[in-house]
Amino acid sequence: MTHPYVRLLEQITRVGGVRGAMLVVADDGLVVAESLMVGIRGAAIAALAASLTRRFAMVTKTSTVGELGFLHLQGEDGTLAIVPAPTGVLVVAVGGSDMNVGLARLEMLRIAEVAR
Amino acid sequence: MRRTRAVEAWTVEPLDRFVGETGARLTLLMTPAGQVLAQQGFTRAVDVMASAALGAAIFSSTGAIARMLGEREFRALNHQGRQYGVFLGALDAPRGKLLVLVVYGPDSSLGLVQLFFADLAEQLVVAAPEPEERHGPILAADFERELDESLASLFGR
Repeated sequence: MTHPYVRLLEQITRVGGVRGAMLVVADDGLVVAESLMVGIRGAAIAALAASLTRRFAMVTKTSTVGELGFLHLQGEDGTLAIVPAPTGVLVVAVGGSDMNVGLARLEMLRIAEVAR
Repeated sequence: MRRTRAVEAWTVEPLDRFVGETGARLTLLMTPAGQVLAQQGFTRAVDVMASAALGAAIFSSTGAIARMLGEREFRALNHQGRQYGVFLGALDAPRGKLLVLVVYGPDSSLGLVQLFFADLAEQLVVAAPEPEERHGPILAADFERELDESLASLFGR
């Protein structure tokens, strides 16, 4: 039986260009649930994404632009998007350079609302 | 940058890299008997010896629980405090099993430590020399001299 969190994540992985999505504990960088294509190192991405988010959250706090709401990193070959949920969970999406970031962001925000 | 102090030089580079990647506060590489091979971050010999002894004891006592569950042992343990966490991981080097005790703070995470511990284990296995055969009895005088030499290496005395 598929875990309900995985079913939630499948709403993100259905978006064009998305190769995987995860729920990650922000403090620990550990994976809670994942829906990833084969070959994607979920644990590694989760740990590094949590570390990055912590640092960027410090930047936004220090520069008085408010709480970090969405983090989007665009590389040559792919995209990483992170939405911190109020519950201390991160919604993380990994995709190709063709990832539909706008739609993925909408789905990620929706999941951040319900992932408790 | 803090540098690893080691009894065995081959451990320095992998441990330096591990600490750089994870931001670990304290790191200790030891045998399951609590004999220290390298340390980073500790300033007092007594803390190193106590941490090594306690780490080895934790690994040993949780081994009994693992066996009750049908596991041979636990390969990694984590104790999480409010600010600091202690990670204890085992790896198989050519000379036998080694333990790594890592204390990490709020600027790191269990996920990061776990991630880079896997790399550390691989690098230590590659860097480790083949085991030497020991000839003759182990004498008390040799033990004391080796202990003094180890402390000198670990604390630069």
